[in-house]
Amino acid sequence: MINETIRQDFPILKEIVNEHPVVYLDSAATSQKPQVVIDAISRYYETSNSNVHRGVHTLGNLATEAYEGARETVRRFLNANSTKEVIFTRGTTASLNLVAQSYGYANVEEGDEIVITYMEHHSNIIPWQQLARAKKATLKYIDLTPEGTIDLEEVKRVVTPKTKIVAMTMASNVLGTINPIEEVTNIAHANGAVMVVDAAQGAPHMKMDVQSLDCDFLAFSGHKMAGPTGIGVLYGKQSLLEEMEPVEFGGEMIDFVGLYESTWADLPAKFEGGTPIIAGAVGLGAAIDYLENIGFDAIAQHERELVQYALDEMQKIEGLEIYGPKEAEKRAGLVTFNLKEVHPHDLATVLDMSGIAIRAGHHCAQPLMKWLDVSATARASFYIYNTKEDVDRLVEGLRMAKEYFGE
Amino acid sequence: MSMNKLDQLYRTVIMEHSKRPKNKGVLDANNVTVDMNNPTCGDVIHLTMRVEDDIVQEAKFEGEGCSISMASASMMTDLVKGKTIDEALRYAEAFSNMMLGEEVDDSIDFEDVEALAGVAKFPARIKCATLAWKAMEKGLGENN
Repeated sequence: MINETIRQDFPILKEIVNEHPVVYLDSAATSQKPQVVIDAISRYYETSNSNVHRGVHTLGNLATEAYEGARETVRRFLNANSTKEVIFTRGTTASLNLVAQSYGYANVEEGDEIVITYMEHHSNIIPWQQLARAKKATLKYIDLTPEGTIDLEEVKRVVTPKTKIVAMTMASNVLGTINPIEEVTNIAHANGAVMVVDAAQGAPHMKMDVQSLDCDFLAFSGHKMAGPTGIGVLYGKQSLLEEMEPVEFGGEMIDFVGLYESTWADLPAKFEGGTPIIAGAVGLGAAIDYLENIGFDAIAQHERELVQYALDEMQKIEGLEIYGPKEAEKRAGLVTFNLKEVHPHDLATVLDMSGIAIRAGHHCAQPLMKWLDVSATARASFYIYNTKEDVDRLVEGLRMAKEYFGE
Repeated sequence: MSMNKLDQLYRTVIMEHSKRPKNKGVLDANNVTVDMNNPTCGDVIHLTMRVEDDIVQEAKFEGEGCSISMASASMMTDLVKGKTIDEALRYAEAFSNMMLGEEVDDSIDFEDVEALAGVAKFPARIKCATLAWKAMEKGLGENN
């Protein structure tokens, strides 16, 4: 159940910003962390810190157990078949780059196609641009419907038997649109392509099931889902990961090292060169436990209610334009908008003076900004700790900004 | 709302320049031309300057951005007119110092631009204010 007590779990929400209790509406950029996650990381350093997978001492075993325990938590969260399919990375960006640099370089050839959409974050665009350029492959974009959703007929038109990779976000960080990943995966597979899912905006908000999605790769970050920065996950089907070459070489990822050549460790260590992000993984594991304890159905329902309330209240403000689908059911927990004649940066500064944190700018989605024909937008994004009162404060702030910048 | 703090940023003269910017437009292609953007926020400026006899005779800009960046471009293009290249570059440096909250040389008379001094208290907005000045610096620096 989502209720007021959840706010007590997040110490930062007691902070005063510019003489006002903070209203944090930038969780799509990074979420706040509950005390249990902060404590899990501290406790790891206080009681178990050591390097993993080496040495025989007790602390080394404790650290290994904590790290591998977190991997099992992620496996359960994703409903993956095996912990061999769970690779810890620095975040979504690193995960997507790993797929492009390893699977992509080995499997994409001149004349092949890579398909993405207009609503991707830069981290799900540039790795594919670079791959397409290096391999003389073609990068193709799936167009969006006028309300900013994916039309499966358009997907069927763009994805062809030449397509080797389809990469798509689970939920847009600008439009909020939730995409039909399962259906797109079917289309990709029917054409012999692999499906790569950017779940950075999906994993924090909805239950994951990689087996029912049947996607080939799925990437997400810990810090957007109540976990620490610097930890993320790449899920990959075991059969694909087995065939792939590592992209980082060094300690931890080897089987045998000779003078002139070496062999690789088994999955998942093969892709985790160097001392891993142990405390980060422990923090992510604690975050997933925390979210599962609240329940992803409850989280999704709470966000839908907040978004619906925000859409209703914000639409009452004259001159306020909202981007993306207008029905809360089609959306993740965010609202992107512009207020006529007030630039989003000015708006963000005015709101900040009232302790309200929103995002302003291009949201690392410049192609989408071009598609929307705007240079920048403002975005309010919600999470488990936000309330209707937060939305009221936002709306009040927007009215004040309008007045302040009015003629 | 901390309106007082806000008023330090959005001074009347800044709001005037932002709502009715001066020197909007583009000079023809054989003048000094600079395109610059602020990748972290998406602000862009297209600045053209006519330089004759080592003096900036005319400066015009087109661009998109917040009120601070557009007001700053309006003020900068006003101030730079009639200045020698060296003088203009000295102003660009002084402006950069002002944004860092540092003392500005007494010999610099910023006129309207002085109103932007308050931006220094808003670290996230400094880049908005400096965009036009960096563009001018780049254009005249190359011209030198």
